Amino acid sequence: MSKTMKSVAIVSAVAAALTAQTTTSAQAASKEKCYGVSLAGANDCAAGPGTTCAGTSTVDYQGNAWTLVDAGTCAEIELPALADGTPRTGSLEELDRDLPA
Amino acid sequence: MLDATRTPPRLPAAPGVGYKAQHFSDLRNAPGPVKWLEIHAENYMGDGGRPHAQLRALRGDFAISVHGVGLSIGGTGPLDPEHLARLKHLIDWLEPASFSEHLAWSTHGAEFLDDLLPLPYTDATLTCVADHIDEVQETLGRQMLLENPSSYLAFAQSTWSETDFLTELVRRTGCGLLLDVNNVFISATNLGYTPTGYLDAYPTAAVGEIHVGGHDEDRDEHGAPLLIDSHGAATADPVWDLLDYTLAQTGPAPVLVEWDNDVPDWATLRSEAERAEHALTSVLAN
Amino acid sequence: MNSHEHMFRAALLDPAQAVPEGLTDGAGAPTTKRFDVYRNNVTVALIEALRTAFPVLRKLLGDANFDQLAPHFARAHPPASPLMMHYGVDMPEFLAGFTPLKHIGYLPDVARLELAIRQAYHAADAIPLSATDLAETEPDALMAACLSFAPAVQIVPSPWPLFDIWRYNMQEGAEKPRNVAQSVLITRPEFDPVPHPLTPAQATWISAIKAGTPLLGAQDAALAQDPKFDLSPLLTLLLQQEALTTLTTPKD
Repeated sequence: MSKTMKSVAIVSAVAAALTAQTTTSAQAASKEKCYGVSLAGANDCAAGPGTTCAGTSTVDYQGNAWTLVDAGTCAEIELPALADGTPRTGSLEELDRDLPA
Repeated sequence: MLDATRTPPRLPAAPGVGYKAQHFSDLRNAPGPVKWLEIHAENYMGDGGRPHAQLRALRGDFAISVHGVGLSIGGTGPLDPEHLARLKHLIDWLEPASFSEHLAWSTHGAEFLDDLLPLPYTDATLTCVADHIDEVQETLGRQMLLENPSSYLAFAQSTWSETDFLTELVRRTGCGLLLDVNNVFISATNLGYTPTGYLDAYPTAAVGEIHVGGHDEDRDEHGAPLLIDSHGAATADPVWDLLDYTLAQTGPAPVLVEWDNDVPDWATLRSEAERAEHALTSVLAN
Repeated sequence: MNSHEHMFRAALLDPAQAVPEGLTDGAGAPTTKRFDVYRNNVTVALIEALRTAFPVLRKLLGDANFDQLAPHFARAHPPASPLMMHYGVDMPEFLAGFTPLKHIGYLPDVARLELAIRQAYHAADAIPLSATDLAETEPDALMAACLSFAPAVQIVPSPWPLFDIWRYNMQEGAEKPRNVAQSVLITRPEFDPVPHPLTPAQATWISAIKAGTPLLGAQDAALAQDPKFDLSPLLTLLLQQEALTTLTTPKD
């Protein structure tokens, strides 16, 4: 591709973006600035964990085992897991021993 | 020692609540008796985005109290200069009415342990904590308030009572105190003394803010009651009684309702703030 | 003089360690259960933090499995800073080396994506560039111009269908992941991070621009990856998502 053709491609990409901007600016103008959380009444997950200054009486500091209890959505996803490309599900595997601490 | 000639802005002698993002709209639409909000400093030390935008919006309607949980002021190691600088940056742009931290440690070496851990009360720890408070007050250019911890155990090596330790810190540094009445009730129950006895020995003249909050009940291996500072329930009746007892000594003061776990809907939290308002009105009437 | 801190730290995250000496119940009796309150507080707080931090990993593994994984991670990698918002930066490496999960190759990239979403959420605000700003630049100057991205913009390269995996877990009724490589672009118009799938050529274009390559050079790099590369949809997306902040032409 010549320099001119590439230049045309870039300029037309800018033109396309400009058209898209014009068609969406009406929506943007009417959109209220949202300081609040995205879902009404919900915690804002994207914020990630916060600090705590409270304790808890749930006792679950013990234990160092890996015993499968249920399966998550990874069991439903079929993707080649290994370099040989063999398709397999990502089902969790039982480990019949405690993990090293 | 803090230069006492500066008069920083003060929190109103009214109810406040610990700010939770899910209450943002309710606070703006139906604050009830809530006149001020407390935020955890560390949650606003990002570079921008919604947390900062919310603070900028809220500071117009409410006095703000910045409550640190990560400075490790009760630790024996030096304060983290980077963290102190982040704190100064927040305090400088937000200009809150108050800054408070805990008589506790949370950092060990390069690790942050995300809990308020206890320290023995000795001459050595007293000097160390006083130096830390001096450093914070000099860096921030303002007085800080120090909060009494909720204790689950005692150190055999302690040579100071907690109230004497706090009194001496106030004398040495000119800091103020954040009196957590729920923590007093928890520590007194857990360590076997009377909460009113603690309050009678406590330097109430230095109180700049009061906390109430909920706790859980458990038992230790000897069957003795073990209260946990869970902030996950309504404030218990004996803690409200203790608030009345405290306000009778201090007079009207800023009273914060803390609710950090299983955070309720706004109506429930606001009714707790209304109960604090009632306690404040009652002390004026008497 | 800081021996109490050493003893606390050693026993806090390791239930097998003995409780520090010299701790009493207030009446002078020694106590273990009272120290366990602190063990519990620290471990539960860190597990809770990880649950909040990695919602997609939690769905992929299932709640109970995730809750078993979390204390292993927390003990190996306690927070390095009081800024809990960024807790978990070691999760991708940890997952890559965690034997029972090694066969699920995409987990580390999912962790990287969740970390990047949080980075984007807390990133500094910026004034975005508009399409008009670009359109008003002379074509020759435009070819030699460099663009900079808003601080919130993140790219997570991946050989896995990373966007599809994210969407399958976070959007109701989303399709199952297809067997394609998807790098993920994260933008933050206003306050909420938004992930977008990128083709390899689009990822190459963004990487080139991020490295300071002018528009013409970035076009070359993307075309070398895919001769059919079309800049239009990508540039429109970036401008609509407020992802670009400044345009620098050589004469600036």
